Amino acid sequence: MTDRKIRVLVGKPGLDGHDRGAKTVATVLRDHGMEVIYTGLHQTPEMIAEVAAQEDVDVVGLSILSGAHMELFPRVRAELEQRGLGEVMLVGGGIIPPEDAAALEAQGYARLFGPGTPTEEIAEWIKARMGERLAAEGGGA
Amino acid sequence: MSSAADIVERLRAGERVAVARLISWAENGDARFAEALGSVFEDVGRGRRTGITGPPGAGKSTLTNELTGLQRAAGRTVGILAVDPSSPFSGGALLGDRIRMEERTSDPGVFIRSMASRGSHGGLARAAIDACDVMDAFGYEELLVETVGVGQAEFDVMEAVDTVVVVLCPGAGDGIQAMKAGLLEVADVLVVNKADVAGAERLLTDLEDAVALRRRAEGAWEPPVVACSAGRGEGVEGVWEAVEHHRRWLAEDGRLRARRARLRIAQVRGAVAEGLAARLWGSGGLTERARSLLEEGGTPYDVAADLLSAVSARVVEPEEVSGS
Amino acid sequence: MSPHTDSVTSVDARALWTEAMAAARLREASFTTLSGDELRAVYGPEDVDLDSERDLGWPGQFPFTRGVHPSMYRGRLWTMRQFAGFGTARQTNERFKFLLEHGQTGLSVAFDFPTLMGYDSDDAIAAGEVGQVGVAISSLADMETLMDGIPMGEVSTSMTINGPASILLAFYIAAAQNQGVDPAAIRGTVQNDILKEYQAQHAWLVAPEPALRMVTDMMAWCSEHAPQWNTISISGYHIREAGSTAAQELAFTLANGMEYVRRGVAAGLDVDAFAPRLSFFFDSHLDFFEEIAKFRAARRIWARKMREEFGARDPRSWMCRFHTQTAGVSLTAQQPENNIVRTAFEALAAVLGGTQSLHTNSMDETLALPTEKSVKIALRTQQIIAEETEAAHVADPLGGSYFVEAQTARLEAEAEAAFAEIERRGGVVPCIEAGWFQREIHRSAYAYQRAVEAGEKRVVGINCYTEEEDSQASIELHRIDSSVGEEQTSALGALRERRDDAAVRRELDAVREACRGSENLLERFVAAAHAYCTLGEIAAVLREEFGHFKEPQIL
Ligand code: B12
Ligand SMILES: Nc1nc2c(ncn2[C@@H]2O[C@H](COP(=O)(O)OP(=O)(O)OP(=O)(O)O)[C@@H](O)[C@H]2O)c(=O)[nH]1
Ligand SMILES: [Mg+2]
Repeated sequence: MTDRKIRVLVGKPGLDGHDRGAKTVATVLRDHGMEVIYTGLHQTPEMIAEVAAQEDVDVVGLSILSGAHMELFPRVRAELEQRGLGEVMLVGGGIIPPEDAAALEAQGYARLFGPGTPTEEIAEWIKARMGERLAAEGGGA
Repeated sequence: MSSAADIVERLRAGERVAVARLISWAENGDARFAEALGSVFEDVGRGRRTGITGPPGAGKSTLTNELTGLQRAAGRTVGILAVDPSSPFSGGALLGDRIRMEERTSDPGVFIRSMASRGSHGGLARAAIDACDVMDAFGYEELLVETVGVGQAEFDVMEAVDTVVVVLCPGAGDGIQAMKAGLLEVADVLVVNKADVAGAERLLTDLEDAVALRRRAEGAWEPPVVACSAGRGEGVEGVWEAVEHHRRWLAEDGRLRARRARLRIAQVRGAVAEGLAARLWGSGGLTERARSLLEEGGTPYDVAADLLSAVSARVVEPEEVSGS
Repeated sequence: MSPHTDSVTSVDARALWTEAMAAARLREASFTTLSGDELRAVYGPEDVDLDSERDLGWPGQFPFTRGVHPSMYRGRLWTMRQFAGFGTARQTNERFKFLLEHGQTGLSVAFDFPTLMGYDSDDAIAAGEVGQVGVAISSLADMETLMDGIPMGEVSTSMTINGPASILLAFYIAAAQNQGVDPAAIRGTVQNDILKEYQAQHAWLVAPEPALRMVTDMMAWCSEHAPQWNTISISGYHIREAGSTAAQELAFTLANGMEYVRRGVAAGLDVDAFAPRLSFFFDSHLDFFEEIAKFRAARRIWARKMREEFGARDPRSWMCRFHTQTAGVSLTAQQPENNIVRTAFEALAAVLGGTQSLHTNSMDETLALPTEKSVKIALRTQQIIAEETEAAHVADPLGGSYFVEAQTARLEAEAEAAFAEIERRGGVVPCIEAGWFQREIHRSAYAYQRAVEAGEKRVVGINCYTEEEDSQASIELHRIDSSVGEEQTSALGALRERRDDAAVRRELDAVREACRGSENLLERFVAAAHAYCTLGEIAAVLREEFGHFKEPQIL
């Protein structure tokens, strides 16, 4: 009788007010059966990690179009780790130049999806990754 | 993979992530939950539970946030459960109540959990009471439960908390509709929110009249009607005063104990019904039998009678039933 | 209107065409505009109900459907105004001087995120964002640096700022005064359109009602002391870019405009004292004809409302003058050079729609702030339209087109329906508080995304004519020096050391008093600016006194 849903936090860190992409992605993930917590705008990395902890999410998704991604992704990652949430999957999108995206991915900060990525692709990617994880967790659930 | 014992230990050590994880287990129907609850159940029951219900957009989240502020100022810790509806199409949900409570995010004395209603249709989620139990066991003193925006008949909250606060607001005729629909019946406190908006005065007097006109048993509680502007932080103390008033009333003559006993009975019945349903219908055998009886021309009642007699003797032995 | 041909023949002709059309094999494609309007295959006289005197007039005449000037671009071309800014005040000052030396007369200031949100560069919340997407201005000292050596009585400056617009304008006024320039001589614009911040751009300072008071205080102060200053640029651009359709952009923007007029009148101002200083800012997207119709409809609706509903008497109050920016959101990261072409079409639509000024986006829009090279191509695009096409030779060249007139009338009718809906919901501010606009915009954005992913809305490089190889890597990127933050922070630290603390405290207290009473806030901000109170300090007082705005939950 298990009823396991993928829980995702979609967050907007920093002073950035661009939320068209974040809201669209949040809605699409809902349409793919996920439970999505949208934090609203203007969050600090601490707030995002704290919400992730209280909500016990599987995935934290950040949307950053302000150019502050090199500052914010690592800080959110650090805040998550500090709360023992190192295994939470961190994904994101927005205006992130390819080299920066590559650098963040290489350092294990997050998996990034840039402008023009079909939202279906994002949802399918998360589902597939989570599927692997849940399978690895075994029948524990 | 943590065990129930690990999590309970972390809960006792004051780790908030343990609260979060236990609530997830409850939501997901994870077998470890029952075990964990069993080891902390003696700590459950200290927290005071208040439900905040009402139509969509009435200001439930805003009021919850304001009430939390009052509790914090008085030095009490607060655990909040905010339920939003799941999409009937995808099964997913967008949980946004905490946007209104953002200022509480960094307060270590407040814990907020968003929950999707999943299969439940009563305005709460199946695991709502479990979540309250977990927060209660952790030590949160005031537990506030925000339901989904309710319409006509979603009153599970009544069976989940000590005090039900029904929030209405002027506009769109919601108030009167809701009264007719029975929100009035479940209210221990009636709140007219958005008192700053035109029509609030009218709604207030309508509600007062409706409460006064209702017939009720001797000594029954009469819900006070309170106005506030949660959005402006005005009049919220009055709402809390009304809640406290109801608590004082509950404290007399063993009413609180009776109410909580009723709550647990309802919870047990719910769990039994759910378990039975899963066992009865899970294997598909009964559905098959019903289908063939219907094809033979039986009325739905004939078929139901047949199935009931087939299972009634064995209902306490579920394995046999599912094998039928 | 009807042509001189025999009407029976024309009916026959139409019947024949209808038949032929029904028999024709059509392409598998959607023929719907971004506003969801199902287009006909051809438009004819039956599709327009037009009284040309009532609905069109001549250019420069009520209701200005055909343009606000009699001579349109034969008199003066539109202003080619490229919005830009980054780094420290000193860097931007150098850039401004360079531009002025090369003949530019107008300056356009883009601010960084902390400034847009009313925080100082040394606030913890600003970490990583100082000077990144615009210039950082935390006090009068930064404004003095920004305008150093620039004659403030001669240039015209446009500042894209909203939530803290009054504070930045106060810095500007104070800097001018320190140069010996009287406020009466300053010229320029602040965007200062707070309503669309809640609806679309989300850089607000306080709740809507006190924010609107700051707007009317500015209108009042400027009509008396700085009559050449444009106090609001009522912006549909942000609404559209956040996801709305053209019809929603038009309706919501004009509804906001009318709300400002109502507020000004309610504050006791004569409508003709401030309305001529209101201007608009629209988007130009890829539905070419619908966009042109939108610009025409905007002028017509505004003129009618101002004359008939608000009783304005000065023709300048009736005129919807506007700036246009091409649609950033229509540009793709994939095959970015194609963006030059998209922008060219959008720019042409803006010109055919009679815009007063224009910003063209650069091909690297989705990557970062534009490089000099890509900005130059964007500017050249405008120059090609102006010099090489005959688009600027004739006013309202599409006036009378069955299709464009039908679209203009449809958009006007849709806007009227939206005004009624907003009214029914209690007005613009209640709709903002309830998240109505935000939800409508989100729904349209979501529908657009779905349409693109379903292939109904075709986008080259995204869902057709895609290429395996990612050509975006071949584009050079604009990078901001990250030392900007440190430079700003230490300068601000030094300022805090050097200024007169008692004066700062006195002026902040005076601001607080003014918040509680009814004294003109801009007046107080100018005084606070002179005492070198910082943006963050003044904004903090406003937040404390007026309360935050919490975004409504709309998902
Ligand atoms: C729309 C837009 C606006 C709108 C925003 C409306 C809104 N409410 O969102 C308006 C007009 C208000 C605006 C304003 C500004 N903007 Co702007 N804007 C854009 C624009 C044109 C499109 C962004 C967009 O919404 N695209 C559509 C959505 C669906 O795509 P997306 O967000 O990229 O999301 C996709 C992926 O990135 C990814 N994704 C995104 N989020 C997430 C989250 C998760 C969890 C996942 C998995 C994936 C994911 O999936 C999505 C689907 O494919 C971009 C340029 C561009 N074309 O990208 C500039 C851009 C982002 N803006 C820019 C700037 C500078 C500004 C301003 C600061 C200008 C100023 N100085 O005043 C202001 C600031 C406003 C504010 N408060 O934030 C710059 C940023 C520069 C930089 N980072 O270096 C850009 C890049 C333009 C440019 N080249 O100069 N803007
Ligand atoms: N005018 C006014 N608006 C208020 C007041 N309280 C809340 N609101 C507004 O009402 C809207 C809904 O408030 P919420 O607190 O989200 O309402 P809710 O009942 O939790 O809504 P759901 O969870 O979606 O059912 C928001 O836009 C609030 O700003 C008030 O006292 N006065
Ligand atoms: Mg709510």
